[in-house]
Amino acid sequence: MAYFLGLVLALAAFWLGMSGHTEPLLLILGAVSVALSCILAYRLDIIDREGAPYVRSFGLLAYYPWLFWEIIKANWVVIKACVKADLDIAPALVKVKTCCRSDLAKVTFANSITLTPGTITVEIDGDKLLVHGLYEQLSQPEAFAEMDRRSALAVDGKEAKA
Amino acid sequence: MADLLNQLADIWEVVRFPLGAAFCLAGALLCMVGTVGVLRFPDVYTRLHAASITDTSGAGLVLLGMALIAPGWLVIAKVIAIGLFLFLTSPTACHALANAAHTAGVQPVIGRVGQAQDAEGDA
Amino acid sequence: MIAAALIAILVGMALLLIRAFIGPTLYDRVLAVNSFGTKTVLALGLLGFVMKRPEFLDIALTYALINFISTIAILKFFRYRSFQVPLVRRPGGSSNG
Repeated sequence: MAYFLGLVLALAAFWLGMSGHTEPLLLILGAVSVALSCILAYRLDIIDREGAPYVRSFGLLAYYPWLFWEIIKANWVVIKACVKADLDIAPALVKVKTCCRSDLAKVTFANSITLTPGTITVEIDGDKLLVHGLYEQLSQPEAFAEMDRRSALAVDGKEAKA
Repeated sequence: MADLLNQLADIWEVVRFPLGAAFCLAGALLCMVGTVGVLRFPDVYTRLHAASITDTSGAGLVLLGMALIAPGWLVIAKVIAIGLFLFLTSPTACHALANAAHTAGVQPVIGRVGQAQDAEGDA
Repeated sequence: MIAAALIAILVGMALLLIRAFIGPTLYDRVLAVNSFGTKTVLALGLLGFVMKRPEFLDIALTYALINFISTIAILKFFRYRSFQVPLVRRPGGSSNG
């Protein structure tokens, strides 16, 4: 039920942010479209943690600022590699083991790796990720340990430590 | 106190347009850097790294600049929505591309790529 | 200055077209088209601000969604040669595109 309410609130906020009109007719049309979207989501059976992750995701709020800072740091390295006169890169494929339990935590971790320039998740198999890195020395499995720990904590919470 | 706040608001109104335009220009230049990387790098996987510059810092800076010069809250909401969509979809598309190339058997270039090998030969 | 940013993005799009034409594999071309779409979104937004009509942001938002879906659809088609394949994770751990 909390997921349903979160979905309704998110959809209503999105509709208001997109249109900005407050005439009664347009508000009714907005309410109808929100209701239609909710019915479709219910029929698709996706009103759960993955389909409507608007509630109980406060750990992500603390996680994303840290991720932004990591992205900025990694951007600088790749920008230098792009504009340097001599091409000087050392691509590598590494296997990374994750401690994330739930699918949502794994997706968060893999998306964080892909979002950070210089590393891309190529494949996920169980709890092992295949990562392609632009620099071999910067993409050792230890480099991802903190990101792994933080994304597991952000999504799964304390019980992930089991 | 109210006077100070008013003065700050006035200064902000003057400053935000050049600041936003500068952010837009910086982001656009970063997009060009990413494009240069896409043209220079030797294989699909390394080109994806260059393209992700466009998706993260380039798009982020341009959208930040657009939010600064926006005339109203509605426009800011739309800019934030675009940023959120790009933030959620670009790594997914990137991973789908890398995964498809990997499944199709495209072998990545592994090891040091220096100036000895002519990496721009195909560009 | 915003116009300069718009021109810079347009130059970047023109350069990306080179990669889309010569890209040795299919994936290079899809990558170029995907990145081209991201730049199109930014260019549309900037064009709206240059022409003092921020309504262009709606089109940019729609384009961002279409760009993502078309990338996924192209990759799915060239992997399975059909759109009629469900994209579900098969038990056993093997992943899919």
